[in-house]
Amino acid sequence: MSGYLSIRNLTVRLKGGATILRDVSLNVGAGQVHGLVGESGAGKSMIGKAVLGTLPRALEVVSGQIVLDGTDLQTLPPKERRRRIGASAALIPQDPLTALNPSKRIGPQITRRLVDILGWPKVAAEARALELLEEVHIPDPVRVMRSYPHELSGGMRQRILIASAFAAEPKLIIADEPTTALDVTVQKQILRLISEMQARHDTALLFVTHDLGVVSKVCDTLSVLYAGKVVEEANMHRFFMRPIHPYSAALLAATPTYTNPTGSLTPVPQAVIDGVEREVAEHDMRAAP
Amino acid sequence: MRDARGEVKRPIGLRLWLSGGWLALLVLAALCAPLIAPHDPLMQDLFLGRMPPFWMDGAEPGFWLGTDSLGRDVLSRILYGARLALIVALVAGSLTCLVGATLGLIAGYYRGWPDRIISRFVDIWMAFPPVLFAILLIAVLGPGLMSIIIAIVVIDWTRFARVIRAEAMTQGAMDYVASAQVAGRTRFGTMLTEILPNVLPTIVALLTLEMGIAVIVEAILSFVNLSISTDSPTWGGMIAEGRTSVHQAWWVLVFPLITLFLTVLSFSQLGEGLKDRFDPVLR
Repeated sequence: MSGYLSIRNLTVRLKGGATILRDVSLNVGAGQVHGLVGESGAGKSMIGKAVLGTLPRALEVVSGQIVLDGTDLQTLPPKERRRRIGASAALIPQDPLTALNPSKRIGPQITRRLVDILGWPKVAAEARALELLEEVHIPDPVRVMRSYPHELSGGMRQRILIASAFAAEPKLIIADEPTTALDVTVQKQILRLISEMQARHDTALLFVTHDLGVVSKVCDTLSVLYAGKVVEEANMHRFFMRPIHPYSAALLAATPTYTNPTGSLTPVPQAVIDGVEREVAEHDMRAAP
Repeated sequence: MRDARGEVKRPIGLRLWLSGGWLALLVLAALCAPLIAPHDPLMQDLFLGRMPPFWMDGAEPGFWLGTDSLGRDVLSRILYGARLALIVALVAGSLTCLVGATLGLIAGYYRGWPDRIISRFVDIWMAFPPVLFAILLIAVLGPGLMSIIIAIVVIDWTRFARVIRAEAMTQGAMDYVASAQVAGRTRFGTMLTEILPNVLPTIVALLTLEMGIAVIVEAILSFVNLSISTDSPTWGGMIAEGRTSVHQAWWVLVFPLITLFLTVLSFSQLGEGLKDRFDPVLR
């Protein structure tokens, strides 16, 4: 099975150090929403960054393929790769407060991609930006276009970032914990908005989160990541009915419910930790000359 | 939904008025020195030596701030001295800023080996005692306006490089920089369009501060007799000369000192005031 975005056996390592992602494979079908869940430090965000080519400089892709629309990005020269990613993928970032340039007005920040990559004339790009701002339910878009980021609230800024991500009609959007920095009431609106936009624009969406509740609302399929490794890939229905991997089961059991709101904390099963440690050891054996 | 931060009108503070006013006055004085100076700043008249300023007994009419031990008019010399001080402040300040900020920006944004080279240079540079370094440089280059400007640039670029590097690093870690890169910007383009505008308020504040420092460095060099030749009046030179006769004629020392003090203070206050006004986050 191969989708619009297909990651095959991706291994990412800290230069001369620990392995961050180990043999990660996952597929996001065209127009599908794929959830990527895991605890903090599991490497969720790094997958998104590897795809978009914004990995921190200390990290390197050791092996594996990132296939976007049938082309392995790793084989392209850097310039071509950047152009390709810019034209077909976009990011909805985690923290709307740092994701807009504070010294530029909103308008040019939305139209930038249209003008720079797709070569739209400025007037057309601005009309499109206004349309998008209306689409994400921003009141008085004309004024917002002329505002600076600090003049707008966090929720507004996240809407703008969503609008901006969809601006160039990318075929893939990576949403990196898009609701984590927002408060709960706004979270729900933003989630609904992302779903709505994804459906309308028929975009593939890789949804990175640690919140299984969120995943159950928006995703079609999901991957569970633990310690840099995909431990389970499943469609939503099957996953919630019958998780296969012990870690997935533990993760699911740890979700607070109405009947058991606080619950007792479930430790990660010892078998999972042993398994990962064994694999790390094997991997290091193979990596050693 | 739109909150009130954007609506706040910020008045131009007293600080900006006072410092800007003093510097404007100084620029005017420097430009019009030949017109407004009551005397030739170089003309000596030993009969008129050490005349006190106008409010004291024995003051000579027309010599408002008194005369020095060679009978030269203190006010005229301060006015002409402003020319040199301002040239040094503007030229040396801007050049220092250009060199230091560029290197700092590159080091902070590109990191990796450019950063390692630039940062090591900064460390090595900062280990030299600055004034000694300047004196050494002037001794090699020979006295003159160019040498002073070069000396100031060579000594002070590290100040910019360090601060701007740190700023560029913070800005470089922001998500909007990553977004710009995903949107297909080159690294160099990202540096110019995303990082530079956001470190600009800091650059402006540092630049005005540096102008003040340039004036001081010039004064220090004049004080140790390594500045421009003796036939162009400088504040530092006046202070050095005034020191020898401070018990008989304090005004020769005090007036240029006050001018120097106010000028340097104004430069730094102007910078702070401008930063407050133009920083988009504080705005």
